[in-house]
Amino acid sequence: MSGKTLYDKLWDAHVVRRNDDGTCLLYIDRHLVHEVTSPQAFEGLRLAGRPLWRVDANLATADHNVPTTGRAQGIADPVSRLQVETLDANCHDFGITEFGMNDARQGIVHVIGPEQGATLPGMTVVCGDSHTSTHGAFGALAFGIGTSEVEHVLATQCLILKKAKNMRVRVDGALPAGVTAKDIVLAIIGRIGTAGGTGHAIEFAGAAIEQLSVEGRMTVCNMAIEAGARAGMIAVDDKTIEYFRGRPYAPKDGMWDMAVKTWRDLKSDADARFDEEVVLNAADLKPQVSWGTSPEMVVPVDGAVPDPEKETDAVRRTGMQQALKYMDLKPGTPIRDIALDKIFIGSCTNSRIEDLRAAAKVVQGKRVAKNIKLAMVVPGSGLVKVQAEKEGLDKIFLDAGFEWRAPGCSMCLAMNADRLGPGERCASTSNRNFEGRQGAGGRTHLVSPAMAAAAAIAGHFVDVREL
Amino acid sequence: MKKFEKLTGLVAPLDRANVDTDAIIPKQYLKSIKRTGFGPSLFDDWRYLDPGEPGMDHGKRRINPDFVLNQPRYRGAQVLLARDNFGCGSSREHAPWALLDYGFRVIIAPSYADIFYNNSFKNGLLPIVLERDAVDLLFRETEATPDYRLTVDLAAQTVATPSGRVFKFEIDAFRRHCLLNGLDDIGLTLQHVDEIKAYEARRRREAPWLFAK
Repeated sequence: MSGKTLYDKLWDAHVVRRNDDGTCLLYIDRHLVHEVTSPQAFEGLRLAGRPLWRVDANLATADHNVPTTGRAQGIADPVSRLQVETLDANCHDFGITEFGMNDARQGIVHVIGPEQGATLPGMTVVCGDSHTSTHGAFGALAFGIGTSEVEHVLATQCLILKKAKNMRVRVDGALPAGVTAKDIVLAIIGRIGTAGGTGHAIEFAGAAIEQLSVEGRMTVCNMAIEAGARAGMIAVDDKTIEYFRGRPYAPKDGMWDMAVKTWRDLKSDADARFDEEVVLNAADLKPQVSWGTSPEMVVPVDGAVPDPEKETDAVRRTGMQQALKYMDLKPGTPIRDIALDKIFIGSCTNSRIEDLRAAAKVVQGKRVAKNIKLAMVVPGSGLVKVQAEKEGLDKIFLDAGFEWRAPGCSMCLAMNADRLGPGERCASTSNRNFEGRQGAGGRTHLVSPAMAAAAAIAGHFVDVREL
Repeated sequence: MKKFEKLTGLVAPLDRANVDTDAIIPKQYLKSIKRTGFGPSLFDDWRYLDPGEPGMDHGKRRINPDFVLNQPRYRGAQVLLARDNFGCGSSREHAPWALLDYGFRVIIAPSYADIFYNNSFKNGLLPIVLERDAVDLLFRETEATPDYRLTVDLAAQTVATPSGRVFKFEIDAFRRHCLLNGLDDIGLTLQHVDEIKAYEARRRREAPWLFAK
């Protein structure tokens, strides 16, 4: 019998019951809650008169709707305000710990989970948000769920699930200078497509992944869902373990050693078998820029906008034509000739301290180009913001002409006031370039923090390797 | 949950791949704290020419005559014909809520994104997977035939065309059972309370840090 994959191990450790039809009842260790996908779930509990199964397994924060300026004045939009107040009320009524909008620890749910040690290796972690895959970076089984499942977890601490297939994406070799975790994951999505991981849990492995910091690994796992996989994950190593030492929710004293002992086994066995395997060579990778309206529509920065006429598949060709029309781009245009209107550095993909350091390094002592209407940095959490300010990063950004904002999802999905106007073009460190994602009619190009920062200074895309 | 057994319904074709949940229901409508009322905002950016906001009277908005669902022949459609990777992107359950609220009960596509697929079943919306060739044929027939209707029989796991052609589809036994009977997952899981408690007791011994407060 072949060995187990990391996913097999995490799955098996959480099976409460195996049903005859091939589904399992899977136990959930950590449930992260935010304001957008939870109100209907709490309403469902109330209507059925059901209590929470395990209050302390839940941790909540408001992130999608919160303003990134003038927070002391509250939320101006009454609809957004009601949603955030509803979360506050639900957490209060059900006894759930919530980092409310003005709590120093508030932030994007996928940033604060690990930051607090509320996400730990070996856990099952769920949240009503597709980017929950982020937490897989720590050897956890983490995936996004819908509101019905949010209610199911609140009421039972379990989910009824069918096990996915195993897929491994290996990135061999050493990463060239100027190429980051974001470029790795964009290149992977470009290779396998946005449905390439559908029905699978992806384990990211290989020397280039091992060399990444834990924050870089979070960026990679964050976008597993953009490759179609609900869960992405990476084996535990010393970096993972060190990351959690001393965090508020991490195991203490004797329990720490006990936990670390079990965490050390959170890797695929040498003889484990994968249903699918994809191999990339890190040496071949370049900084990536998305050109279209799907994260798979991506090219290296020294490339050009592709020509749909060269695509043989009719459905794909139509998709490319629709994307070019929406993006107002012509085939053959060099990526470096694309001028920008706005710059967004933030989101659960790229808003952690290392992301901000990488961007600050590029902008230090320079000025945002005149054609850029707005360049903004939105830290992933209140604690990231404080750390960045301690390091003087806020000053670097402000001196260069960036805006320095309060933490939240912000212009990744534009549920708050931060958004693109129709036709505006943005270099964004977020995860989705769908039509209208950052504002109706807005045009998104996905890039790494260093690439976004460099584009802000130049006013158009530039190759960070040449700076 | 609404039961699904059998339906004969008008078909509307949405001929594009990778339709994401942001397209199905844009973010501004996710601020609602209800499960209902999303139908008028389904495919909002494609359906209307003016920008939409929650609380608007959608009846007074400017309709995009080029968008397929705005064609009078597709009014009242209950079956949505779609392409690969339908429902990709976010986990928002507002996407199936909006499709249902608009009047759809069935989607037919060659493939779906995992979370959307799962969310649909929890709400009585049936996402059917058919081979690409079959979907191509249905697109051709829908576009060529006014008032084109398909009969979907969940118990038999079949889709039948007006000319009597029958396509068989696969579906998990558990999902089929829940949908046919309109069953609530939570109620089913709570039949296993003892097993959940036993699992927790064992984990508390093996991994006590997972239960530390």
